[in-house]
Amino acid sequence: MKNTQLKYTPLLSIHKDLSARLGPFGGWMMPIQYRGIIAEHNWTRQSASLFDICHMGEFLLRARAEDISKDGVFTSSLSSIPVGSCRYGFILNEAGGIVDDLVAYRMGEDEWMFVVNAATKDKDLAYLRLNLPSSVVIEDISDKTAKLDIQGPLSAVVLKAFAGERIDALGYYRHGRFELTGQDTVISRTGYTGELGFEIYVDRRLAAQLWQVILADERVRPAGLGARDTLRLEMCYPLYGQDIDETVTPLEAGFERFVDLKKDFLGKPALLRQRCDGLRKRLAVFVSETRQSPRHGDRIYAEGKDVGFVTSGSFAPSLGIGIGMGYVENGYDWIGARVLIKNERSKLPAKISDRPLYMKGTLRK
Amino acid sequence: MNIPEGLFYTKEHEWVRIESDMATVGITDHAQSSLGDITFVQLPAAGADIQRSSAIATVESVKAASDVYAPLSGEVVRVNEDIVVNPEIVNQSPYEKGWFVVMKVKGLFEKQGLLAPHEYKKYLDELSE
Repeated sequence: MKNTQLKYTPLLSIHKDLSARLGPFGGWMMPIQYRGIIAEHNWTRQSASLFDICHMGEFLLRARAEDISKDGVFTSSLSSIPVGSCRYGFILNEAGGIVDDLVAYRMGEDEWMFVVNAATKDKDLAYLRLNLPSSVVIEDISDKTAKLDIQGPLSAVVLKAFAGERIDALGYYRHGRFELTGQDTVISRTGYTGELGFEIYVDRRLAAQLWQVILADERVRPAGLGARDTLRLEMCYPLYGQDIDETVTPLEAGFERFVDLKKDFLGKPALLRQRCDGLRKRLAVFVSETRQSPRHGDRIYAEGKDVGFVTSGSFAPSLGIGIGMGYVENGYDWIGARVLIKNERSKLPAKISDRPLYMKGTLRK
Repeated sequence: MNIPEGLFYTKEHEWVRIESDMATVGITDHAQSSLGDITFVQLPAAGADIQRSSAIATVESVKAASDVYAPLSGEVVRVNEDIVVNPEIVNQSPYEKGWFVVMKVKGLFEKQGLLAPHEYKKYLDELSE
């Protein structure tokens, strides 16, 4: 990090009262775990967990629909997002490398919100100011916006007590304005865990009160970034800076479905070239044959040859085995391929698998 | 942090219980707590000849992998298969049910250099400063 001064979320003192283990992430001091990663992971899959996600960045974009249709940066169409819906996509550099992955919310006829990663927020803002048409007005609202995620099969029943019946009508990847305990919030049915869940955007000054009110429901427990990481890895969701970055394209990462080649965006010519030439490496997911876990940086061997590297690896609490993701050379990444994952400590037999690894998630229920 | 009397400790956060020429080895309460949920343990084979300070076991938690080092030289006579099957035992009972190996010790003079409970406690206090 250029700036070594860590930022704090408005919930820091609450986390300390909960005896959270804190650690730096994306330039912020964040709760990594409370009771323990596995307990928090399992609670999210069976009940509901509350996550402090205030580190993520939010931008408001204002433009007429005909101007935003020529945005020239987002890999998906912004103008065709219905008001009240969200869409996942990427912004790319000239070479097609991923500058960031983000979720775009259509807030109104002429207003969008971008939710971006913490570590890339300033870079993204500079990129967007440089590359968006000048008719698009962009405002960084990260400092005044808090984000709380409630995730888990019981998250809807819990939220209903505050937000009303209307929460049930919110479909997957839809969002709306809700009053929660007298506070104006934006709630989307989105998340990073594979479970039914919601992301709540609220004025930073009101975040602590909202956190306490939601946590007062005994079906909800706090969960940290440790559990968020194991939950997302079981779903094979990429983590920016680890599984995807400026050196890989969405095609190599296997996210072609979030790239609309019918529209124009920075990096598209590079993607078209890559598609024509063929991919040399692709993001693969694999499962260990034991409880031992692949780790970030491990090498991947197939048929005695070094064919790639691990970007994320962890024990998967819901599966009871080690799992991971990494880039594997073309020709060695077929589903079912046996690989050997090596580091100085061990050689770990694993098998390349289909995504997602965890199949019982409730996210679309 | 629990640091029982009657054991010796290392700066790598292992503990040793010495009974005549037999030494039971495990990891300390501080070690299990810092690692978090332990998900995998790999132990040496019984009969293995071990040099002091060499890696005798691997412990993995959700987030990380680390080695356990031999506090003394000797021959491994028994290993705790229970922690291989249920690694969470190490979190729950680091000094009792969560032991790693029993070694037949070669030279007890090596006990020099191991830390007494109050020395280990002082070392932990310094680490957290």
